[in-house]
Amino acid sequence: MMENFKVIDNYLMVRMPEEIDHHKSSYISENADKFIVQEKVDHVVFDFEDTKFMDSSGIGIILGRYKKISCFGGKVFAINADNRIRHLLMISGLHKIVEIME
Amino acid sequence: MKNEMKMEFDAISANEAFARVAVAAFVSELDPTLEEVSDIKTAVSEAVTNAIIHGYDGIEGGKVNIRCLIEQDVLHVEVMDKGNGIEDIEKAMEPLFTTKPELNRSGMGFPFMEAFMDDLEVLSVAGEGTTVIMKKKIGCIPWIEDEE
Repeated sequence: MMENFKVIDNYLMVRMPEEIDHHKSSYISENADKFIVQEKVDHVVFDFEDTKFMDSSGIGIILGRYKKISCFGGKVFAINADNRIRHLLMISGLHKIVEIME
Repeated sequence: MKNEMKMEFDAISANEAFARVAVAAFVSELDPTLEEVSDIKTAVSEAVTNAIIHGYDGIEGGKVNIRCLIEQDVLHVEVMDKGNGIEDIEKAMEPLFTTKPELNRSGMGFPFMEAFMDDLEVLSVAGEGTTVIMKKKIGCIPWIEDEE
């Protein structure tokens, strides 16, 4: 599971799992926070390539990490998000704080 | 056509995936689109997660009940817990409102249920539990086209 977290330069890359729900969310949040503190990354990139299901727990993960890094000028990115995930980010207003990249 | 299903399971997070997949499998006889299946899975996941986190405060020992009813082309889903209940339902349903920000909850549970189902009703008595009743018509073209 730890191979889902990778630091490249000052970016933390998080490969999101196939299903993102409350059951999986604390593991992702806790580990991402460890990297943010220990590796002093500035930005976080969430990669949704493998993700086939997400509920509001995924929104909580992104929002929580954004709150942690934005006060130091950090940014949050979403890559490989399909239409479904983009839609979820839209209706929760997260598209205003997360940069959604192709 | 009428078809009913009831299930009861322990209020633990490992059962969230089981619950949404079970409801999705039950509705398959209506031949829903992939999008409709995703809508139902998200809404059920939200309701079950709420029961576990808020109803029972994440403490094991509680039970979550789901009752599904298919009537013609409409799916009814009831998700019930006998937990804490909700003091102020109107407040709880506000987007981004959460009583558990420390658990990384987004406050989007009820808004997602509302967005993905056609009808949402929340019945709750403080100290006695909560029942979420959702309805969705399967096989109709959404009247608001996706912006994308």
